[in-house]
Amino acid sequence: MKEQSNTSFTLSPAVLEYIDKWKDKPGNLIMTLHKVQEEYGYVPRSAALQLTELLDIPLAKIYGVLTFYHLFKLKKPGKYLIQVCIGTACYLNGGEDILQELEHILGIGVNQTTPDELFSIEAVRCIGCCGLSPVMNINGEIFGKLKKEDLAKIIAQYTK
Amino acid sequence: MSFNRYILIYRESDAGVDKNENLFDAFMKELGEKDPSNSVQVVDAVMNGKADPDSTLVKIIPDNIYFKCKDPVDAIKIVDDFIIKNNPVKKLEAAANNIQYRIVLRNCGVIDPENINEYIAREGYSALEKVLFDMTPDEVIAEIKKSGLRGRGGAGFPTGNKWAFTQQAVGDVKYVVCNADEGDPGAYMDRSTLEGDPNSIIEAMAIAGYAVGASKGYIYIRAEYPLAIKRLEIAISQATEMGLMGKNIMGSDFSFEIEIRYGAGAFVCGEETALLASLQGERGMPKPRPPFPAVKGLWGKPTVINNVETLANIPVIIIKGSDWFNRIGTEKSKGTKVFAVTGKVKNSGLVEVPMGTTLRDIIFTVSGGIGNNRKFKAVQTGGPSGGVIPEKFLDTPIDYENLVALGSMMGSGGMIVMDEDDCMVDVNKFYLQFSVDESCGKCAPCRLGGRQLLTYLQDIAKGNGDLKDIDKMKRIGNAMQKASLCGLGQTTSNPIQSALKYFYDEYEEHIVHKKCRAGKCLELLTYTINPEKCSRCGICKRVCPASAISGDRESGFAIDNAVCIKCGECYNRCKFDAIDRG
Repeated sequence: MKEQSNTSFTLSPAVLEYIDKWKDKPGNLIMTLHKVQEEYGYVPRSAALQLTELLDIPLAKIYGVLTFYHLFKLKKPGKYLIQVCIGTACYLNGGEDILQELEHILGIGVNQTTPDELFSIEAVRCIGCCGLSPVMNINGEIFGKLKKEDLAKIIAQYTK
Repeated sequence: MSFNRYILIYRESDAGVDKNENLFDAFMKELGEKDPSNSVQVVDAVMNGKADPDSTLVKIIPDNIYFKCKDPVDAIKIVDDFIIKNNPVKKLEAAANNIQYRIVLRNCGVIDPENINEYIAREGYSALEKVLFDMTPDEVIAEIKKSGLRGRGGAGFPTGNKWAFTQQAVGDVKYVVCNADEGDPGAYMDRSTLEGDPNSIIEAMAIAGYAVGASKGYIYIRAEYPLAIKRLEIAISQATEMGLMGKNIMGSDFSFEIEIRYGAGAFVCGEETALLASLQGERGMPKPRPPFPAVKGLWGKPTVINNVETLANIPVIIIKGSDWFNRIGTEKSKGTKVFAVTGKVKNSGLVEVPMGTTLRDIIFTVSGGIGNNRKFKAVQTGGPSGGVIPEKFLDTPIDYENLVALGSMMGSGGMIVMDEDDCMVDVNKFYLQFSVDESCGKCAPCRLGGRQLLTYLQDIAKGNGDLKDIDKMKRIGNAMQKASLCGLGQTTSNPIQSALKYFYDEYEEHIVHKKCRAGKCLELLTYTINPEKCSRCGICKRVCPASAISGDRESGFAIDNAVCIKCGECYNRCKFDAIDRG
């Protein structure tokens, strides 16, 4: 049985154009989901519903893939997504402390978003900057050799 | 078989080959006469640093002694006096030197990765040209086989054989896949190679395509590596524009195109069959092998899958020949290996050394040893699938077999160095948590076994462990090794098994004495206030979430350990270092 798609939602032209390009390539689902997430910051259910029609892939399979891979988000993250690395090197050099301090400063836990929708915290595995450990990544900007004391100042830059 | 000793003959660059050949022969000849049991292996090693122009650096492993040799007479002296009679040869001894040698990272940091001309100026695409016009596919495969190159992704399967299987497999359509899903936390050599020298991978894939009869290649890369993706895209489009990629490459009959596909953050997708599933846009779950991807891979077609670092070696082997490559490294592990040395070393970073270099040289000579005046405790190789190696084995020459014999593995080349502030139970717990998170859940041994192991570790870290748990952990680990579907489950228990082998006393301490000597297992710590240092400010009492601290500014403060929840808040907040924990 097909679910009713949300009529008020249509995928953006950029995504539609991308789908057009990838439509006939085999194994296009993951690439398309990446594009959707790039556009919206997460994969909204209404977008997934439209993909079932555009790519002719059952919704169950789309969600199967979405929930299997850590990278795909089903909930909208905050404006600034803080990814704290807890790969091995960062872990040994105090990544967990950084995570705790951030939770303390922002008053939210991992995978949560502040009520003003400004910040989300995520714990991620190795972003390949082990030489700079411990590391965090805020919307693509890397902060390395972090100390707990630096965090409040860094966060303050974004709240202005 | 293994050797008692290794003689590494270093040369600075190709210029020194002839000079070294005499020395090489002198060592071989002398050893042939004086060492009939063949217990010493001579290795042609290459160093990256500056060498004395008049002499050649020779290193003896495991003695860790360097000699400067000027002519074959010196070689005879070293064999006679040092190797056979075990007498020091002070006259020829030299100080340790830079021992790195770059094959994989040859162009990284040297060329502009976004300009294909700079790659071409460094012999780029001349291997592809040589292959297309001077070699048959069989000759290419024979050359790679002869080089002794083994997969750098972890398992160390001979690359030439992999290519041969795919070539022999029946099918009109075949694929080449580059595995750039570098998931091992703490390893980033593939990212650095792709960012610093993307063309070398593209060229190598085309060579592989020519050898196995494929005209399409896929690069499966982590989406977390946007710069590497961008540079690959630039490299592919520049190469296509110049006729080095695409239809009729360089005017030959051979056509090859490459498409980039993103991973989405799943460690298990580094496993071949899981990677293929993911490439097909499905959940990345492994399948039983056989059939191997070489026979039935991507969309059921024969597929060769090679890791980035493996591919980066290919053009060099084609240009310089298998004989050249074959002489670098140890008997069964040829060439170099890139290691990402991180953790508690002074200089963390990528290190590329000939196979057969010792762990001690990598950690202490190249990476500067341990910082902060702490003592070395162990090094974990092979990431979450590997094991810990304690100090007493640091002089082992690294190759695939030696690491497995120590209970660890080569893996992708992550090397996490730990010092005495790191707790083995805690580190094991970290790796287990990782493996449990990343288990795809398809097969029961991995799905259930991993979780059960983690439960035991959590109990031990909290002081609720039982010595009987150790046996149970070993049994579960053995079952997982034998019964899991893919490499992830088969190796999940490796960190625990090796820690139990080398650091049993630490486990015992946690279980019997409820103590964590490194102070990492917070719930085993007790907090006390040192009255001599305490200024009676009272902040500890205010921040304690469990109201475990009593007293006032008059009489001083005390912690009630029965109430304390070991959160460490008082310890962190005290400005006078007055709270002891242990």
